[in-house]
Amino acid sequence: MAKSALLKSSIVKKYWMALTGLFLCLFLAGHLAGNLQLIFGTSLQFNEYALFMTTNPAVKLLSYLTYISIIFHAIDGIMLTIQNKKARPIGYAKTDGSSSSLASRNMAVLGTVILVFIATHMTNFWAKMHFDKNMPLMTKTIEVEGNKQQFYVGTNVGQYYPVEQVAKEGEKIETKIMQLPKQFVIKNRTELYYLQADVKTADLYKDLHKLTVDFFKDPKLGLAFTAFYVLSMLALAFHLWHGFQSAFQSLGVNSSKLTPVIKFFGKAFAIIVPLLFAIIPIILHFKK
Amino acid sequence: MSAAKNININLKIWRQKNASSKGSMETYKLDNVSTASSFLEMLDQLNEQLINERKEPVAFDHDCREGICGMCSLYINGRAHGPDTGITTCQLHMRMFNDGDTIYIEPWRSKAFPVIKDLVVDRTAFDRIQQAGGFVSVNTSGNTIDANSIPVPKDDADKAFEAAACIGCGACVATCKNGSAMLFVGAKVSQYALLPQGKVEATQRVLNMVRQMDEEGFGNCTNTGACEIECPKGISLENIARMNREFLKASVK
Repeated sequence: MAKSALLKSSIVKKYWMALTGLFLCLFLAGHLAGNLQLIFGTSLQFNEYALFMTTNPAVKLLSYLTYISIIFHAIDGIMLTIQNKKARPIGYAKTDGSSSSLASRNMAVLGTVILVFIATHMTNFWAKMHFDKNMPLMTKTIEVEGNKQQFYVGTNVGQYYPVEQVAKEGEKIETKIMQLPKQFVIKNRTELYYLQADVKTADLYKDLHKLTVDFFKDPKLGLAFTAFYVLSMLALAFHLWHGFQSAFQSLGVNSSKLTPVIKFFGKAFAIIVPLLFAIIPIILHFKK
Repeated sequence: MSAAKNININLKIWRQKNASSKGSMETYKLDNVSTASSFLEMLDQLNEQLINERKEPVAFDHDCREGICGMCSLYINGRAHGPDTGITTCQLHMRMFNDGDTIYIEPWRSKAFPVIKDLVVDRTAFDRIQQAGGFVSVNTSGNTIDANSIPVPKDDADKAFEAAACIGCGACVATCKNGSAMLFVGAKVSQYALLPQGKVEATQRVLNMVRQMDEEGFGNCTNTGACEIECPKGISLENIARMNREFLKASVK
């Protein structure tokens, strides 16, 4: 690498912006595929997917890349914006604006909206899934000998544990109905232990599906959450409208053959992806 | 084209005594401007009026007045070189305006183009970028090589020619919301990168010109594409992409 050029040059900042941006486009596509299971899949399927996404090592690596990309994209964007503001200390009394698109002129504002959305989104779902001790566990109602009973769902197919029989942490409850080992303890919110022998008997599913549906169905704030989500997706759409094709230009990909294809694909991506994202909370909020 | 007529206009012009003074927008009224006159002739008319009133005339850049020297500038009604495409200010005519119009006239606004007086800005930053690498080193002392001795593909020659059409007027910087000079530098880098004669110094050229561009305080390109629209010579954004490719190539060498 030639000197320190690859760290501080204006063009290098653009490369980083483009690379992190395009990687985040891939992330968006993956995230959308997961979200669509809220509409097209069962709650078990969605929770299985959520468990996979929070435990698989390859996914973990990708998720760290995603966090780094978001942070880098934001910091680089802030640096570029500050420099660009400094490049014109005195503004014009009259500007026309017809020579560039609204989206392209407001990438920093749109990006800020998206960053605020990401922060609230991660607080509401990601942080609860990872750290919340009170995260609901997935249960299933099954009829046993004529009685409807609530069961925790084990991650091994066919494993069910009656909710009543599973003690809360440290607390002992006598078994009543089933001929099952006596007391269980949930050590952390996913693992079920046999109390006497301290042996792990099963993993349970965290109920991200229920958390998500309840969030958007909340009688007080559900509509506000849904509206904020949809508006954020609108900001994302405008951000992608300019950003997608802009990334290729920054990386030096511009030719009369390729550019029309890139622009078409970018605009389709900018409409379809945020639209599908936005439809999901609307369906969850208004269903039933 | 309809016959020329006379119109009365209002002008709002940036007046600034010198580089260190503050400056402000001043309002002037100018009557009987022929729609057949050029924009610069209208300013000449205003200056005659100001001189007759024993006031300081408005300073503005101009030279060839036929759209080739790149000297005339002016940000007119929010657009570089005014409300038309593919022209410099000297090629703008008063027929683009209507009776009673208020016309805003401002200097190029960029940290790298400081105002010297009124509408005149210092564009030597472009010269310094050019000097940093916008040339080929050729021994011209009596043994000039015939231009056609090195074959150049027609497509490359055409693209190099289109890039070389840049007159360095600075409209790209003026119109860019970031005050970025990347269309100018992209054109200058491309002009040589496309030709065999320019390949010899290609690595150092792009690194040095981009470094100089950054040092001058120009902003960063965010691909809004405004420069391409306002460029009087129709320099394409492809040139910025080519510079980005050249820079990457040079950086990893």
